[in-house]
Amino acid sequence: MAKKDAPPRWDRRMQQRLARGEAAALGETYDRFASLVHSLAHRVLGEEKAADTVTREVFAHVWEHPETYDPKQGPLRTWIAAVTHRLAVQCLRDREERDRGGLPGGEPDGAGERVSGEDLESKVRRASVAARADYIVHSMPVPLRHALELAYFQRRDYRQTAADLGVTEDEARRRLRLGLQLLSTAHDAGAPPGYGGAA
Amino acid sequence: MSGAEEFRVEFEEPHERRIPMPRASVEDGGHPLPDPAGRGEEPSVPLDLPHDVLRSLLGAWALAACSAAETAAVEHHLGDCGGCADEARRLREAVGLLHQPETLDLDPALRTRVLDACLDRRPPRIPVPEWAAPYDAETARLDALLQDFGDAEWHAPVRLRWFEDDVRTSRRTTVAGVIAHLLAVDGLIATALGLEDPTDADRAAGPAARTEALWRSTPFPQTSAVRVPWREQTHGLVRMVSFTGGGTGGLTVSYGDFRLPLHDAMLDRAFGCWVHAEDIADAVDYPYDPPAPRHLNRMIDLAVRLLPGALATRRRSGLSAPPRATRHLAPAGTPGRTLRLEIEGPAGGNWLIPLDSPAATPSTDHEVAHVALDSVEFCHLAAGRLLPEEEAAGQLGDREAIRDVLYATASLSRM
Repeated sequence: MAKKDAPPRWDRRMQQRLARGEAAALGETYDRFASLVHSLAHRVLGEEKAADTVTREVFAHVWEHPETYDPKQGPLRTWIAAVTHRLAVQCLRDREERDRGGLPGGEPDGAGERVSGEDLESKVRRASVAARADYIVHSMPVPLRHALELAYFQRRDYRQTAADLGVTEDEARRRLRLGLQLLSTAHDAGAPPGYGGAA
Repeated sequence: MSGAEEFRVEFEEPHERRIPMPRASVEDGGHPLPDPAGRGEEPSVPLDLPHDVLRSLLGAWALAACSAAETAAVEHHLGDCGGCADEARRLREAVGLLHQPETLDLDPALRTRVLDACLDRRPPRIPVPEWAAPYDAETARLDALLQDFGDAEWHAPVRLRWFEDDVRTSRRTTVAGVIAHLLAVDGLIATALGLEDPTDADRAAGPAARTEALWRSTPFPQTSAVRVPWREQTHGLVRMVSFTGGGTGGLTVSYGDFRLPLHDAMLDRAFGCWVHAEDIADAVDYPYDPPAPRHLNRMIDLAVRLLPGALATRRRSGLSAPPRATRHLAPAGTPGRTLRLEIEGPAGGNWLIPLDSPAATPSTDHEVAHVALDSVEFCHLAAGRLLPEEEAAGQLGDREAIRDVLYATASLSRM
């Protein structure tokens, strides 16, 4: 994203421009959110083509129903993430059910049905948590994300992380702990506010 | 069972541990683990740290980013403190949710597919004019290329190249300098539309003077900070031209010593954006595709339409002479000597170029030469990236006329 934490004014204006039917507004919305939408969809569905399809459906929804976004409920980014989550999970369910329906010799007494039903639910739950985690990482304050990236992906210890970021060791420890605390809320449905629980 | 008891069960019975230990290594490989020995002597007795400090270490501990002594102290503490043990478990599970994004780059073609599908379902009341679509697409492609650039990429050296009086000229800058250049030149259209001028250049200044003005007025070297104003201006331009209703209302854009109608100026800037995106991609060793064929075709068409004027300029400045065979040039409106330019590939087509005067009518009856060229090669020639003599053109007919047209094409390039 070129810009984080866009002011709500941008969100409201974009909604008005979309409602007015300005194609340029659709392009700008895509440019700002497509990578978020695509990566969340990919995290849920684990597949490029399906993520492309969900991306198309998300922007079609944004374009056809911009009035269903309520700026008072939160930022546009959160709403778009929630729409993505809903559509991606729907797509996952459809795919799993299609695959299951296509299997020959399914259990007629329903026992097999029940088991794979539970499988599906846990799969959906896992995918939802993973997508929420991605969203949290994507949206958390940049200093926290940088600290996590250094410690996790670059394998820097917290003292090296502090030096890399030009902050005190206390501050590096604080950022790592706070970043993980935020991330751990991905396990709680409904977090962060306004986005989650859609599965 | 309290958190602390549970923790003791897990950690003091290593074979029955249900929750994984903090990760010892990560998947991406290559980087050495921090050396615990460098953190001082390995104590046999755990460090005696106050509770607040131990708690503050939980994040670093979960990420295996503490010294060995601190790790031991934290783990000893977790056996006694239920609150910290609960948090430690949560944080460790959170580490499992971190992962490298699978796809860094979105397929640029996806943008067109998604937007087209949306616009099919709900036709826009204010569409982006067809002639602005190449600019919209090319700026989006370049922005996607810049997405993951770090300082090293932003400061990578780039050489701007163009033709002046049949001689190749160049100017050194960086990737960030190129974006500043695009910002400055696109600013020609911005000012024509009443948007803010990104430079403090004179209103009559052309592309080069505007670029120099912007380079001068911003701290050297240019940085990634130039990306946001550039992108905002590109979005602003697409938005503003949408309100022209597709016609340009006779609006023209001044390039200093010449003017272009608004729709041609937008095509010209789409072309500039692609060509410089290629320069940038080359500088950082990324692949970069040519524009979509229907966009590339419009860019070629613009260059071809500018050719008769460029030929006339060459004659006026003595770089070429009227051919010996004809005593005088064809008068305006009458058929004159013609060169057929055949551009190959899906973006291609056939164009007839009047050689005698911009006002003469091209005619197959007066065809004196035929040049066949690949579409991207033709664009590279028009962008000053390829020398006319390097052009692997299929050529037939009047050699002088062909040479003239190839040099006139190269003369379309500028800084």
